[in-house]
Amino acid sequence: MMLVTAIVKPFKLDDVKHTLHELGVDGMTVSEVQGHGRQRGHTEVYRGAEYVVDFVPKVRIEVVVDDETAVQVVDAVTAAARTGQIGDGKIWTVPVQDVVRIRTGERGPDAL
Amino acid sequence: MHVDTGDTAWLLASAALVLFMTPGLALFYGGMVRAKNVLAMMVQNLGAIAVVSVVWALVAYSLAFGPDAGGGFIGTLHLAGLAHATAPVPGLHLAVPPLAFAVFQMMFAVITAALLTGAGADRMRFSGFLVFAAIWVVVVYAPIAHWVFSPQGWLYQRGVLDFAGGNVVEVDSGASALALAVVLGRRHGWPRDVMAPHSLPLTVVGAGILWFGWFGFNAGSALASGQLAAQAFVSTQLAACTGLLGWILVEHRRTGHATTLGAASGAVAGLVAITPACGFVNSMAALLIGFLGGVTGVLAVSAKFRLGYDDSLDVVGVHGACGVVGTLALGLLAMHGAGAHLLGEQALAVAASIAWAFTLTYLVAQLVQRTVGLRVTPQIEVEGLDTVIHAEAAYDFGNVRATRLG
Repeated sequence: MMLVTAIVKPFKLDDVKHTLHELGVDGMTVSEVQGHGRQRGHTEVYRGAEYVVDFVPKVRIEVVVDDETAVQVVDAVTAAARTGQIGDGKIWTVPVQDVVRIRTGERGPDAL
Repeated sequence: MHVDTGDTAWLLASAALVLFMTPGLALFYGGMVRAKNVLAMMVQNLGAIAVVSVVWALVAYSLAFGPDAGGGFIGTLHLAGLAHATAPVPGLHLAVPPLAFAVFQMMFAVITAALLTGAGADRMRFSGFLVFAAIWVVVVYAPIAHWVFSPQGWLYQRGVLDFAGGNVVEVDSGASALALAVVLGRRHGWPRDVMAPHSLPLTVVGAGILWFGWFGFNAGSALASGQLAAQAFVSTQLAACTGLLGWILVEHRRTGHATTLGAASGAVAGLVAITPACGFVNSMAALLIGFLGGVTGVLAVSAKFRLGYDDSLDVVGVHGACGVVGTLALGLLAMHGAGAHLLGEQALAVAASIAWAFTLTYLVAQLVQRTVGLRVTPQIEVEGLDTVIHAEAAYDFGNVRATRLG
């Protein structure tokens, strides 16, 4: 099993969600986060005092899927979230040792 | 004495309008501070209403408007406790009950003291501020009000013009704010850290309430309902508008952006500048004075970064600088008596007000700092005044924050 984490532009969330549903991925965790990679933030001005806001709003999407699906998820999210502009985000995958469905106690791939 | 019901109705309504400016100021300032200090800012403004109103009734009104004690410097305690409430106010020929005048002027003292909270934002103790405000209104506000507003005051008798408090409220609060900021010292991390406003929508609503209340402040200062009040009312509106435009024009040239905070600040700057002049100039002069106020304000607020004092919410830049500009411009633009002589008298009034307000406020703030304490500890400043001093948070988004005790 793999945990796939994608950091994408907020306005791309709907597209990514749609493409995950098409792959049959039913569950996901979404959070609003801030950060930056090579893309930098914007400038704000308050009574002449200028501030550079370093961190840009992003959406973090996390899904746990089996190993084969993980490859498809990475490709699909890459396609759905890409604009070709700087700041499109990142996706990474890490192995997951165990998963438990709390309601039933099922473990491993059955809990996905 | 003759009581005119129209004059009385307008003056009492104006007093209520001026009171409303202080909760407006709480929003204006509250939006500009960080989210952890918004309630502390607002409750200081509410506290100013309570403390200053009581001190005004007890002694400050009499010191400002009571019979002169000699030399035009201060009034006696003849009217202390609002005594002799039906006898005419010394030197004034009004067709309103003296109590209506006393309560109208009470609201001026309240808003002037409340303005000082902007200089101490994010780091001033609530208890220390209340003590400071009580003393300040007696030793700083009341004498200057006597000099300028009382017909027995020495500046009034020299022919100084101040329709609604350009000196008494604006220059006075600006100079006092500078002294308070100097005594309190800089906020932890200023000017390196980001201290951006946490909610400009609050600030915009606050500016709107200030603008609305300013009609009572300025047009109410006619102390009668009629031609003079109408002129002051129109001047007030026009100056607010050109102040707004002047501010955003300059900031757009400097930074490439017209900002919401700039528009709100510019309206206030225009209102400040027209305050001394609103009943003494014609409408076209009001347009010019408001514009000068807006331009002065946007240029003056950067001074603190160059000079290194943390006047957190720009009381010096907006009220002090624009108050000076309005008071001096009146010397050249007054419908009657404009010229070098009047300009000289206006400049004298500005200089005397700044010297008195700065010096005495500095001493009062030092006194309070060394006794009850005026500045919070560094730990409270970092954690935020709201939760530590007032045991409240302005914004509760639910979730798993707390469990009820007991």
